[in-house]
Amino acid sequence: MVDPRISIIDERLKDIRNIIAVSSGKGGVGKSLIASILALTLAKKNYKVGLFDLDFTSPSTHIILGAERLKPKEEKGIVPPHVHGLKYMSIVYYSGEYASPLRGADVSNALIELLSITRWGKLDFLVIDMPPGIGDATLDLIRLIKSIRFLVVTTPSPLAYETVRKLISLLKALKIPLIGVVENMKVSESNLIQQQVRKMDVAFLGEISFDTKVERTIGNVNMLLETAFAEKVEEIISKIEF
Amino acid sequence: MHEWALAEAVISAASQIADKEGLREVTEVKIKVGELQQIELDILEFALSQLKPAKFKNAKFSIEIEKAKLKCRVCGYIWFFGKEKLDENMAEAIHFVPEIAHTYIKCPKCSSPDFEILKGRGVWLESIKGVKLGDG
Repeated sequence: MVDPRISIIDERLKDIRNIIAVSSGKGGVGKSLIASILALTLAKKNYKVGLFDLDFTSPSTHIILGAERLKPKEEKGIVPPHVHGLKYMSIVYYSGEYASPLRGADVSNALIELLSITRWGKLDFLVIDMPPGIGDATLDLIRLIKSIRFLVVTTPSPLAYETVRKLISLLKALKIPLIGVVENMKVSESNLIQQQVRKMDVAFLGEISFDTKVERTIGNVNMLLETAFAEKVEEIISKIEF
Repeated sequence: MHEWALAEAVISAASQIADKEGLREVTEVKIKVGELQQIELDILEFALSQLKPAKFKNAKFSIEIEKAKLKCRVCGYIWFFGKEKLDENMAEAIHFVPEIAHTYIKCPKCSSPDFEILKGRGVWLESIKGVKLGDG
C-alpha cells in the first residue's frame, strides 16, 4: 500500500520561493516570537508570507498573533486564513483549547496531512515555527521539503547552546542550508556564543537583549512590532540575503 | 471539498507508479479509505473522475472503507471508532487531521488519549493495474 499524500507535497509547495524553518534544540528560547516577527516583518515589506505553526503539541503563535477564533476555508483542500497580512496555518484550528497529546508517528502523520491538503498558493516566504529538538517534525521537514533552510535560535545559556550545536551538526552533516544563528535573551555582554557559532562556520546573525516588555504585547501585533525585541529582529532580517 | 486534495494525491501517486511500471493505460485503481477520516465518498469519486489524466480514461476506481480500530496503549483495550460520540466540530476536525482524534477521543475503559490507530486511518493507494507499453 502506498501513502499517496507524499506525492502531492512538492506540488503544494511549488509556488513558494523561500521556506524557512525557525528551529532550536531547546524549548523556551523564543522561536515562536522570532518566527512570528520574522513573518510579520517580511509581510510589512510587501512580501507574500505564510506562517505555519508546526509545534503541534504546544502551538503558541496563534496567541502571539491574537488569532484565536479563525478557521481555514475549505476549497479543494484547505486555504489558510489571513491574519495581519499573513496566510496563517496552525493545528489549533482543529484542536481548539484542548490538549493534543501526539506521539512521534502521529506528529509525522499530521504534518504530512497538513502539507498535502494546505493550499498556500504563491508565497515569497513560508516561515515555519518548529517544535524544539531534532525529532520527527525536523526529520520530516528535511525529508519532505527539498528547499528548506534553517534559522536557528539559541540563548546565551550553555544548556541551550549545547542542543543547538547538535542541531547545527546534524543539519551540516545532512547538507541542509543554514541561514544562521540568532542569540536571544542576552542579559550580559559576552561573545562566547558568537565565537562558537563562527567556529562551526555558520553565520552569526545577531543578538537580541532580554526584553521584559515583550510579554505584555502578546496578542497585540501592533504593540509587539513596536518593542525593542521586534526592532532588533527587523534589523537582523534586513541583513539577511534571502 | 477537502476530498479534492486527497483525490489529487491519489492521482499523482497512481500516475507516478504507472510511469515507473511502464503502463500505457491504467485499468484499475484500488483505494482504501480509513473510516476515521469520514471521507465523503461521492465527493472523492467525483474528484477522481474529474482529475484523472488520459492514461486513466477507462480506469475503474474501487474504494474500500476500512473500519477504524483503536488500541489503548495504557490498558490495552481495543475498540472500534464510533463517530456518534463526537459533536459536529470534533468530527470535522478529525476529518481534516485524523490525529486530532487524540484530542477528542479517549479510551472507553481507562479514559487515556494515548491510543494507537491500528486500522482505518487516512487514504491509501492499495494497487493499480494496467496495460504495459508494448502489450497487445
